Amino acid sequence: MRKVCVAGVGMTKFGKSEKSSIEMFAEAAMEAIIGSNIKPSDIQCLYLGNVFGDFEEGQALMAPYAAREIGLSVGTPSLRFEGACASASMAIRDAFVAVAGGFYDVVLAGGTERELAMGTPLATRTFNMATEQYYEGMTGLTFPGVFAILSRLYSKKYGIPLSKLKERMAMVAVKNHKNGAKNPLAQFRKEITVEEVLSGPMIAEPLQLLDCCPFTDGAAAIIITTEEKAKKMVEKPVYILGVGQGSGAPLYRQKDFTLIESRVAAAKTAYAMAGIEPKDIDVAEVHDCFTTAEIVATECLGFFDFGTASEAVEKGETQIGGRIPINPSGGLKSKGHPIGATGAAQAYEIVKQVRGEFVERGTQVEGAKIGLTDTLGGDSGVICNIIYGIKG
Amino acid sequence: MVTYKLPHKEFNEALKSGKLMGFKCNSCGAYTCPPKINCNECASMDMEVVEFKGRAEIKSYTIIRVSPEGFESEVPYIVALAQLEEGPNLVGNLVGVDPDKVTDEIIGIKVKIGWKPAPPEVKYCGPIGKDGKIKPEMVAITFSLM
Ligand SMILES: [Zn+2]
Repeated sequence: MRKVCVAGVGMTKFGKSEKSSIEMFAEAAMEAIIGSNIKPSDIQCLYLGNVFGDFEEGQALMAPYAAREIGLSVGTPSLRFEGACASASMAIRDAFVAVAGGFYDVVLAGGTERELAMGTPLATRTFNMATEQYYEGMTGLTFPGVFAILSRLYSKKYGIPLSKLKERMAMVAVKNHKNGAKNPLAQFRKEITVEEVLSGPMIAEPLQLLDCCPFTDGAAAIIITTEEKAKKMVEKPVYILGVGQGSGAPLYRQKDFTLIESRVAAAKTAYAMAGIEPKDIDVAEVHDCFTTAEIVATECLGFFDFGTASEAVEKGETQIGGRIPINPSGGLKSKGHPIGATGAAQAYEIVKQVRGEFVERGTQVEGAKIGLTDTLGGDSGVICNIIYGIKG
Repeated sequence: MVTYKLPHKEFNEALKSGKLMGFKCNSCGAYTCPPKINCNECASMDMEVVEFKGRAEIKSYTIIRVSPEGFESEVPYIVALAQLEEGPNLVGNLVGVDPDKVTDEIIGIKVKIGWKPAPPEVKYCGPIGKDGKIKPEMVAITFSLM
């Protein structure tokens, strides 16, 4: 297996956009290409994450149009990846596999999504397409609903009163908004308080509005290449040290949804490949689609013992400067969650964190050398974990 | 050739006639429901179609206040996770309980399995017919108090 690196990265401002999915992706991709000091014709394959193009824009077959939009040559294959919210992480992982295996030397991976124009009912419906439809979909279960069910299971299993858990969940939202407020690319650049979270409208009890990530438009892209080529392209190549991906069953087949088994398996694979342990991770971008989701994820990733992560949040261990800073970008919660692009935006953050580029922004995790991204698709149908690191 | 023993259409026809059907595995003894091609525990295809008792215990729930498109007229409604006496979990609507009055005391309560038709405005859930609507066999699993 060859060593694989990230060269350039790019992303759009997240939030409301009047641009098409392909136009947004073109902006992110060109930033990554320019940042890699290469030409579009140097790219040998495009792996593009997108979920709702068919519904939101009536646009299928987005990958080849995106490829030719940015000037990839006519002989360049292009593939769409659909893994719900984990689509772009899947694209990055497969790009890693192709470069590590020696088939390609330079791959463009990323994703793009438009969600805001749909409005809440249709967007909620399209998101729900990622739950199992035949035996579960007709109940009208929503994704906030899935994580609401998880919140009660978690509270009961670990004997944490729901009111206490809700307060700690609110602290996750407060932390991520605090980080996102400093991120010029974030959708919500506004700090919030625990009281505001706990007084918000109820979405799926016990989850309130500010427990939930927003609908977002945006795109992100990264160039994945060999160690040898990356060293020629950029000053600070970032290594992909390990990857892992799991496939989870529908919610009704999860024996204990508090121990998301596809995540435990994916993380184990990624750590083993990197030859490291959870304690070696300096910074992580974790799938905080809902506040409980971040709490549970940090346990499955091995940062905290099962049942203890909400207390760790209260103690500030996941803040920048804490034991393991989680979501310094603001996370999905504050930065936004254009689902086809999210994994690539997490990669954008971690690559820049390990390159030490966020000092001025005030969100640099001091001395960060190894970072992890964690992306969840559906109700854990896809979990993709990627570990990035820098030498020295 | 391999034949799917209890496809969704047959499972739902049985559900609508008051029977919860699934599998019992001849290799490991485990039960599988909703159906799948092989045992949920050991992946053996040596399974028998059996009628389940149709009773479960509520493990968790949520009250949906912001619904997907097509479910607006149902709001608020309860979606619950329940464990069947035979072992597997199901996701269904808890019916016959006022969503505005439900409390955590419902966790652990015994319920029986039933069904309800799809709200008429629901689209994109299972196969869509020529009229642009979902097939009538698409129904929601329900839980009601015993
Ligand atoms: Zn078996």
